[in-house]
Amino acid sequence: MELTLTSRILYSLLGLFIVFNYGLLQSGVMRKIVARVAGRYGIPVYQSYFDIIKNLAKRSQITHGIMFYLGPIFRLGGGIGLFLFMPMIFGSIYFKNFSFTGDIVLLMYFQFFGMLGMALGAGEAGHPNSTIGISRGLAQFTTVEISFTLAIIAIAIQYQTLSVYNIVAAQQGGILHWTLFQNPVATLAGMLSFLGIMRHAPFNVVMAPQEIPIGPPTEYHSTYLGMLQSNRAILHIVESALFMNLFFGGATNWIEFIVKTFFIYFTTVFVGVVFPRYRVDQSVAWFVKVPLVIGVLGVIYATYIN
Amino acid sequence: MTRMDDLKKRTVTAPDGEVFTVDPMKEYFCDKRPEVQEPAHPLLEKFFNWARSNSLWVLGWGTGCGSIELPPLTTPRFDMFRYGVQMRPTPRQAGVFIISGYLAVKTLKRVIRAYEQMQGPKYIIALGSCTINGGMYYDSFNTINRLDHYIPVDVYITGCMPRPEAILSGFVELKKRIRAGKAEGANDYAERFDWYKANQKKVIKGWDMPDYNW
Repeated sequence: MELTLTSRILYSLLGLFIVFNYGLLQSGVMRKIVARVAGRYGIPVYQSYFDIIKNLAKRSQITHGIMFYLGPIFRLGGGIGLFLFMPMIFGSIYFKNFSFTGDIVLLMYFQFFGMLGMALGAGEAGHPNSTIGISRGLAQFTTVEISFTLAIIAIAIQYQTLSVYNIVAAQQGGILHWTLFQNPVATLAGMLSFLGIMRHAPFNVVMAPQEIPIGPPTEYHSTYLGMLQSNRAILHIVESALFMNLFFGGATNWIEFIVKTFFIYFTTVFVGVVFPRYRVDQSVAWFVKVPLVIGVLGVIYATYIN
Repeated sequence: MTRMDDLKKRTVTAPDGEVFTVDPMKEYFCDKRPEVQEPAHPLLEKFFNWARSNSLWVLGWGTGCGSIELPPLTTPRFDMFRYGVQMRPTPRQAGVFIISGYLAVKTLKRVIRAYEQMQGPKYIIALGSCTINGGMYYDSFNTINRLDHYIPVDVYITGCMPRPEAILSGFVELKKRIRAGKAEGANDYAERFDWYKANQKKVIKGWDMPDYNW
């Protein structure tokens, strides 16, 4: 059965709604976990809702020009684009969104797209902290992308496809068919670069309030900030879903989706709670030394051994 | 170049030889008075106020000795996060400004600039006796005595120093005020702008900053 275009759009919007709310609640839960580790009671799990409503309800906002205005829109566009072209639920005609052959290249593009839009926007704000934050963020993210790309190349060689849907299909039939067991080296490279993609604690110096308050979004406020927060909620889940699809066998229903993405996201929070923050030069060096080398080994593994 | 010359219109030659004029007062600052921002429809406003009261973002800037009582609020013992209070490092994103203790005239200048850059509705909590009547600095040559002559204050917390518990109770009071729709300091500042500006200029000698900072 094929859905009409209208119903595909409507089901995609429903999926976006689920992912958005799940993302907000999940970030609340993760912050609660971090607080409990620190011995605090922590924020309510629904705090993100208050924050977004508050920011959207601010009565004033100022703009620094058209690119400043477009920055958060590009960022949100990147997050939603990433969602729209990724199959969420494997085997479901309703939540496969608009995935197509070769979509993984587009997904990698969307990962960078938002950051570049944000760079242009934050640059126009004219605040030195924004510019420093952006240059640090892009420098770090570029090295993250290299190891992530190597992991994807390894998977593409192994499964002979660039389609996320086909990659998930190739992993069906039991837990040992997951990329995690089929190519553990590439999975390791991917998961290490995932730490950088999610920008949790060892690699969050770009957004850290204590370092350069607070990096790219320094001048963003009111509805701009509300938009960036919405994007964050969507992006965290969609990135986790991407890694679930690539390495952990995808999900065949929403319960499996929620369980898997929770634990994938949780790995970054776990690492973040345990390890202190890197400086940017340290994290760039780390990404070039460790995940990059593992990523090259993953490609070799996929080409010659598997 | 003195401080005043910094703000004057001038011609600059860029490294690549391009010549252009810079007018800092026009380009870096706004030249508009603050305006009264009307609340939304009463029902909607009630909902917004409920959300605002549960999401207080404090500007992380200690203006006086009272700020030593703020860091304990983030620790497990007092934990302000459970009340929805969080620290923000930039005035653009913050909604609550805590004036922590005595305010030197030099600091007052920065307070005014930071306050004006915050986006409304914005609230001020004044911490300690110094903000009420000058406290132990009542006869000092360079501190102000009564804060609400210079910026609109929502909640005063007395004490020298107020304990973190007192600050938490101040937050609870502020929440009540916001929910009741009484915390309209930003609009009060816009309405009585001339009066506030006159008071500010009375104490700040050699006023060398723009009148409008948002």
